[in-house]
Amino acid sequence: MLTYTIRRLILSVPTLLFISLVIYLLLELAPGDPMAQVPLTVPPEVKEKMREALGVGQPWYIAFPKWLYQFFVVEPMYLIDAIFGTTMTEGEQRVISWQTRSPVMDIVVQRLPQTLWVVGVAYVVAIAIALPIGIYSAYRQYSWFDNAGTFVTMVGFSVPPFFSGVVVIVVFSVWLGWFPSIYDTTHEVDDWDSFVKQLKQMVMPVMVLALQITSQLSRFMRASMLDNLNQDYVRTARAKGLGEKTVVMVHVLRNSLIPVVTVIAIGIPSIFGGAIITEQVFKVNGIGQLLITAIQANDLPMVQTLTFIFAVLIVLFNLIADILYGILDPRIRYD
Amino acid sequence: MTEPLSMDAVEPTAPPKSQWADVWAQFKAHRGAMIASALLAVIVAAVLIGPWLWGIDPTKLDIRAKDMRPIFTVLWDGDAKVGWNHPLGTDNLGRDLLARLLSGGQISLAVGMAAMVLSVVLGTLIGVLAGYFKFLDGILMRLTDLFLALPLLPLLLVAVLLFRDRLSATFGPEGGTFILIVTLVGVTSWMQTARIVRGDVLALKEREFILAARSIGTSPAKMITRHLLPNVMSPIMVSATLGIATAIITESALSFLGFGFPPDFPTWGKLLFDSVDRMELYPERVIWPGLMISLTVLSVNYVGDGLRDALDPRIRGR
Repeated sequence: MLTYTIRRLILSVPTLLFISLVIYLLLELAPGDPMAQVPLTVPPEVKEKMREALGVGQPWYIAFPKWLYQFFVVEPMYLIDAIFGTTMTEGEQRVISWQTRSPVMDIVVQRLPQTLWVVGVAYVVAIAIALPIGIYSAYRQYSWFDNAGTFVTMVGFSVPPFFSGVVVIVVFSVWLGWFPSIYDTTHEVDDWDSFVKQLKQMVMPVMVLALQITSQLSRFMRASMLDNLNQDYVRTARAKGLGEKTVVMVHVLRNSLIPVVTVIAIGIPSIFGGAIITEQVFKVNGIGQLLITAIQANDLPMVQTLTFIFAVLIVLFNLIADILYGILDPRIRYD
Repeated sequence: MTEPLSMDAVEPTAPPKSQWADVWAQFKAHRGAMIASALLAVIVAAVLIGPWLWGIDPTKLDIRAKDMRPIFTVLWDGDAKVGWNHPLGTDNLGRDLLARLLSGGQISLAVGMAAMVLSVVLGTLIGVLAGYFKFLDGILMRLTDLFLALPLLPLLLVAVLLFRDRLSATFGPEGGTFILIVTLVGVTSWMQTARIVRGDVLALKEREFILAARSIGTSPAKMITRHLLPNVMSPIMVSATLGIATAIITESALSFLGFGFPPDFPTWGKLLFDSVDRMELYPERVIWPGLMISLTVLSVNYVGDGLRDALDPRIRGR
């Protein structure tokens, strides 16, 4: 298991390098000029100097390793500096955003909590709803509950977040006036009232995201439970005289959860991607919204860094899922 | 594929059924899939024939008739500005919403179909090549893994921004965007098909009929087209159906984020995006296109579900 993990970790390095190169070369084609917004009164030679300072116009075989160095060496060292108060990164160039002329990672760190709050809560809520639905649907296959559940998950599967988001805004915020339609990220929680306000503004984005995740997870949970319910060991357990509750909730559930856990792990990075649209609908200024504005403003270092972070998350969670599968299911041996 | 054995002793009670008759019988038993196919047929027919029957030009401006509400608004609001000449209302420039929905649907469905065809062709090609030729397997599957690890939505957005102007200059704003979106969606959604097809081809290769075909000297090209492809048709059909749903959703997501078709060129996603700013006053302008997207995708998904059951011989006939 350990050797497998190490091998996979080592293998993911070239994959990630290649992905970052692909993203870099794609962005290299971009027509934008970071100096486009600089006033026309600035003389051309000054503009040229500013371009040079931002590292624009260098050939890719110089600029790309530079970005790699900044991302993998300077940024982590800067983080260590910030934590322990050391000064290793004195005078080192960090990855600079063309939009704001400030380090990309600083902006990412500012935006991360908003995304994590909304997406994280949605994910937890979705898991809490999806698992019981999946279990009960499978246990009572083709009952009215199962049929209704299948229909609801199909709907959740098919309705895109930009529509379900808009519908909940129209219903809950325009007609009923229960929740605010815009997520206020400057809001701080310091007492009960502000906590309630925070909860209120989180309800709708969480609802939209959770609907999507729940539909995928509960379908998966149901299929996995159905696979296990017909196994011989279930009949054995019943024949031994175990109660129905023990059979389903202990024997079947634990075996059915194995693939579901890995699906949950694989789904985490795609949630960040899906949150791009939800953040846009509810005006949450998180990572997804940052990416959209960066793309529109031709802020290449920002786009490159964010896209690469997404790629890292995907590769990392795929690895975690594979390892979890091996740990949870002793029949699976990778070596 | 399988010829019924001739046995003189046994009188056949019924004429032999073809495989597709069995598939159809199983598909009919799936109620959701039947309702969904009917709904899908209605949507497709409406979108194809509708513009001829409903003769209003979707791009025609009529400022005097702007901001009309749907006809049923009268039920709860007697003063609403409604009229039978615009049953679903008009937008802020007086363009008829029904006509825009119908012509937008044509583009959305066309994008969905074209992207699905591209993705299925790519996926099948890569899957068959990887499954049949051992020396291609490693590299093609690494490529598939790589594509699966790419953060697709951000890259799609970037790619639209990069190539939109260039393609628009060559093929015109509509044609260029159409080609761009179809290509992008197709190129980023073939991976599942490729994996499934490869797995099936690997399993088929071990079967006796393939050995028999090889022993009489069938060339690899004939092998693939005559023996392998017909046998992997069912997973391909299922992923083709589901591929339409993905393509429609992706196109409308791109349009919704403002990276889709040019402004006065309605698709369902574009209509939704344009109406979001004023949805508090005119919620119907958001609801209708969104409902069309959702209904289409929902019925396509149900049809795919039914097809998967119908094409699976282990489920069929139970």
